[in-house]
Amino acid sequence: MIYFDNAATTLQKPLCVKDAVYNAFDTMGNPSRGAYEPSLEASRLVYDTRVRLARLFGISDPSRIAFTLNGTDALNMAVKSVVDKGDHIITTDNEHNSVLRPLYSSGADLSILRSDRYGRIDYDSIVIKKNTKAIFVCHGSNVTGNVANLKRLSEIARDGNVLLVVDAAQTAGCIDINVEDTNIDILCFTGHKALMGPQGTGGIFIREGIETRPLRTGGSGIHSFDKKHPSEMPEALEAGTLNCHGIAGLNAAVKFIEETGIQNIYEKKKRLSDRFIKGVSNIDNINIYGDINADERTPVVTLNIKNMTSDELCDRLWTDHGICTRAGVHCAPLMHKALGTHKIGAVRFSFSYYNTEEEIDRGIEALKELSEL
Amino acid sequence: MREKKLYRIITFGKTTDAFAFEKRSMVEKIPGRIIPLPVRISAGCGLAWRMTEEEYEKYSDKITGFEGIFTLEM
Repeated sequence: MIYFDNAATTLQKPLCVKDAVYNAFDTMGNPSRGAYEPSLEASRLVYDTRVRLARLFGISDPSRIAFTLNGTDALNMAVKSVVDKGDHIITTDNEHNSVLRPLYSSGADLSILRSDRYGRIDYDSIVIKKNTKAIFVCHGSNVTGNVANLKRLSEIARDGNVLLVVDAAQTAGCIDINVEDTNIDILCFTGHKALMGPQGTGGIFIREGIETRPLRTGGSGIHSFDKKHPSEMPEALEAGTLNCHGIAGLNAAVKFIEETGIQNIYEKKKRLSDRFIKGVSNIDNINIYGDINADERTPVVTLNIKNMTSDELCDRLWTDHGICTRAGVHCAPLMHKALGTHKIGAVRFSFSYYNTEEEIDRGIEALKELSEL
Repeated sequence: MREKKLYRIITFGKTTDAFAFEKRSMVEKIPGRIIPLPVRISAGCGLAWRMTEEEYEKYSDKITGFEGIFTLEM
């Protein structure tokens, strides 16, 4: 089997991640609720993971990071925290439904920036209004692999005095992100994709001064006699027992990324992705989507073979060649409309640090064979 | 039965602060340990740091990031 669906979740994790989760079952009690060793062990691990994530994302105060169930959970918290009915919100057609659907139901006045046929956003088309509250942008498209220009968006947000909310589901652990340098107000990330942690992990950074409105309230370990859930971060967004076993795995994953170097990880994935693009570009009857010549990209390549539906191609890749890919519209309906693939979908190949050149070449060969049917 | 003596109890606004303090205590060799927040104290965090009076006198200049400091016989 060859696994090329890493934009959905990374299948192969570093060995230390598996060990950390396994060991956590023997050592960890409930974090933040007790002063005996198994509870303290869990609390220390949670704190250490916040510190590591803060270092990875250039965040000065680790307590501004709350753990979430995944990226979608974090994005829902972000929308609930900053968007009120009637606010003007700027977003893009690159977005995933994890941000589009919460925004649609928020009652906000939405301006959706349209991209060209390569999926590139025209930042000059951004118009800040009197009631503009925030710009919501995905850092890396889960369809094209295009990467948003955070520096430019940060300048626009700062000049317009609006919040910058970044969905880093596809880039956290893959591309260097510095929250302070790019003035990100809210960063939402998931733990199980490029960060290579377990499913059920993720997080949200919210800059100090932004009101937090939790999706869930309940046990917090602090202020137990208050009828209202605490507003202090991170407890404000962490009602109930954390997924400590998952966070143990995430901790090990971030440590692995620190030790390996995020730039080394990025460059390896970029090499694999470029090799794949070069190989499939020479095949007749293949359409590749996205800005494939951009300097900075995530390792996502989406394509179609002419005269074959995306579902058939995806299924044949699996049944005839043992290659795992993802067909359809990838929960990004506006992106597929921009690419003109909303009726046919497309097949997404997404690579990880653990893929090999041999696997890439086998993927290219499989597409060659299928394109000749 | 444990003999009662006077302790300094350091409380924190949030759990993160308690574990940040514990981590610093290891580096700076500040004595004491995390205990359940005594019910006689009303503060934010469910945990607190306990050290003896003598230890507190010696290390008081290193005690930062806390919400309150109390003296209790325990």
